[in-house]
Amino acid sequence: MESVHALGLKGPQTSDKQFLTFRLDGQDYGISILKIQEIKGWDKVTPIPNSPAYVKGVLNLRGVIVPVIDLRLRFGLVEAERDIFTVIIVANVGGRLAGIVVDAVSDVINVDSEHLCEAPEYEGQQNREFIKGLAQVEGKLLVLLDIDRLVNPESLDKTTAATSVAVNG
Amino acid sequence: MAIDMRQFHQTFFEESLEGLANMETELLHLEKAAANKGQETVAADPEILNTIFRAAHSIKGGSSTFGFEDVVGFAHVLESRLDAMRDGRLTPTRNVISLLLLSVDCLRSLIISARTGKEGDNNAIDSIRKQLENLESEQPSSPPLTVPVLKPPQGTISHWQITFRPHLHLFHTGNDPLRILRELDDLGECRVQVDISSLPGWDQIKPEECYLGWKIELIGPIPRETINEIFSWVVDDCSLEIDRKPMQSLAPRSIAEAVASMDAQAGTLRVSVPKVDALINTVGELVITQTMLSLIASNFSFDNLSRLFAGITQLERNTRELQESVMSIRMLPLSFAFNRLLRMAHDMSQRLGKKVELIFQGEQTEIDKTVIDRLIDPLMHLARNSLDHGIELPAERLAAGKPETGYITLKAYQKGGNVVIEVRDDGRGLSHERIFAKAVERGMVSSSSNLSPEEIAELIFLPGFSTTESVSDLSGRGVGMDVVRNNIRSLGGSVEIATQPGRGTCFTLRLPLTLAILDGLSVQVGDQTYILPLVNIVESVRILPQQVSRPVGSSEMYGLRKEFMPLLRLNELFHVESRSTDFSQGLLVIVEAEGKKAGLYVDDLLDQQQVVIKNLATHYRKVEGISAATILGDGTVAMILDVPGLIRLAHTGTVHATPHAGDSPASSMATPTLN
Repeated sequence: MESVHALGLKGPQTSDKQFLTFRLDGQDYGISILKIQEIKGWDKVTPIPNSPAYVKGVLNLRGVIVPVIDLRLRFGLVEAERDIFTVIIVANVGGRLAGIVVDAVSDVINVDSEHLCEAPEYEGQQNREFIKGLAQVEGKLLVLLDIDRLVNPESLDKTTAATSVAVNG
Repeated sequence: MAIDMRQFHQTFFEESLEGLANMETELLHLEKAAANKGQETVAADPEILNTIFRAAHSIKGGSSTFGFEDVVGFAHVLESRLDAMRDGRLTPTRNVISLLLLSVDCLRSLIISARTGKEGDNNAIDSIRKQLENLESEQPSSPPLTVPVLKPPQGTISHWQITFRPHLHLFHTGNDPLRILRELDDLGECRVQVDISSLPGWDQIKPEECYLGWKIELIGPIPRETINEIFSWVVDDCSLEIDRKPMQSLAPRSIAEAVASMDAQAGTLRVSVPKVDALINTVGELVITQTMLSLIASNFSFDNLSRLFAGITQLERNTRELQESVMSIRMLPLSFAFNRLLRMAHDMSQRLGKKVELIFQGEQTEIDKTVIDRLIDPLMHLARNSLDHGIELPAERLAAGKPETGYITLKAYQKGGNVVIEVRDDGRGLSHERIFAKAVERGMVSSSSNLSPEEIAELIFLPGFSTTESVSDLSGRGVGMDVVRNNIRSLGGSVEIATQPGRGTCFTLRLPLTLAILDGLSVQVGDQTYILPLVNIVESVRILPQQVSRPVGSSEMYGLRKEFMPLLRLNELFHVESRSTDFSQGLLVIVEAEGKKAGLYVDDLLDQQQVVIKNLATHYRKVEGISAATILGDGTVAMILDVPGLIRLAHTGTVHATPHAGDSPASSMATPTLN
């Protein structure tokens, strides 16, 4: 992150940040590319008992057990059919790995800092904590997500208690 | 150059500390021998003395090489006293042994200060050194009345190696080699090997010439003169070599012992050569199998299919062997942990004026090194507790009709995939009244609560509990039994306590053999596979529906041979669609942990297999009812069930607190909470 930032200082034409964009229920989202380890196709996962519904289970990533979060369920959307476009984005946040299921990945784009803006206050109360900001790119609105908050263990734990009632295999 | 030397320093420190640990153990043996005979002195076993001497000697040698003058000076004094002891000039009385133990401590602190660069308590060390130096001059004045007179003064055991090769004309001088051999045999333990290398062909043998030679090993308290005397008649008619062999080759200290005495803090691991050999062997076989497989693969035809399968079977075997030998390298005998307790018991019993003997049983039981390292403190604590609180003073013991000496028994054995360690004392046992009163005083339980003796005994595992009336500096320092239990639990083990007032207390520790691999049984629940640790499984039975009962206000129970246990439906617990809700379609796996049983209802048993434990919390978090995850042969992840956790859950009965929905197919929609 720092190195990108340093680049940004060198000249105004170099973009501040690169984001991986993906689609979720018709909306475009972006995650800082520095947090992404890899992207892999959808694979069957092993469910973890007594976990929130959006934790779909765990995945064997070359011998490492990685939890997989369905972002649709995380945001309270309806679960989608898995198709050939469904992918798991494996994020690495401070050494902890987590997979995120999204509808499809789109692109890697540069976002200049001048195009970034704060998320407005009235933008839905529930998931606001995960939104880092908004960006206007090529006429489309891109929601930039705070991946750290999305996958950190406390947020998984905190919501466990709240959502465990809604668990259904 | 300086850097190079420092590199060796580390090895020297490690070896020296190991040597000191050896010395300590041997000195304690000496003292125990003295105590057993009720004597002040011991007829010191020369082997023990030699071991102690060797350790001191190598420390002296090493430290002078590296220029640790303080250590050299002290080790030299110690060595000279030990040498005197070996020669019989100094008798190892108990006082002397105590002093030697103290000097071991001094040497250790000197070595540690050389290692860390910090100054030790020089005054104490100097005073001990003075005492050591004065030791010999005192000795003759004290009457040697207790010196054992059974053995000749030069009665140390020697190991002689004699090569006796008579010249051809020996018979002409009227000597019979057989007579000589018989006489040697009378002296002590005698092993004779004949050398027939110069025996000519049958047709060339002359009956009056002696072609044979002998190699004789002679062990016993035999001075050289005696041997020379026997050979005096033939000494001119033969070639004769008489050598004294160093004692260590006689009774080689087992490698296990050497490994056992290694320092826990050292980051290195000593592995016995046979173990490494086995490993290399297996790797060799693995390479052969690999070559074979690639050969089959390079020109594959279906005719080769059977060979391919044979190869894969072989690979399977090799892999298992490799895994076993790698695991065994990490295994150490428990004596390594047990021996640490000897010194503590020795010092403590002297300070408390109690007579205590430690008894070890099954100390050769092997367990993972990580487990041992983290086991020493809990064991130390348990033994110290037994000594301090359990064992009574000698007078008290005699009054209670018990022998004066208290016994603390440490017994280790393997049971299934577990190692069980019992720490048992024959002391006064736990006082339930005192524990209860204390717990009430500390506000841990209410005075009106009605607890069973077992529940009261369990109270001592609560944090901050200590009944000792006067907090001694030996135990009761705030580090309580709760730490012991937590330590053991963190190793995946458990602690149980059994006590009988007036008869003693017994702590039973159960520990897994290793922390990395688990023997498991895979079970099917719906479309999911779960792993049950084999150690927890008692049996599997077909369910008889009439045996399932549901007492009011309680969870489902299953009666198996007049024993009732909670029945847990894994499909409900884990919200998995079961194959069938009909009981007769599934199986009940009876599991046990911490002395309690439960029945787990599963769809099917699949396979018994070894699984590699993968921590779930590395990237996720701990999950109730699940101890870890593993990866199955097909690459999918399976959950390893936390049986103790499930049983606790079943017995506290929170699982079925919500209205039961198990009779409807929508059981997976039920919302039992686990928290």
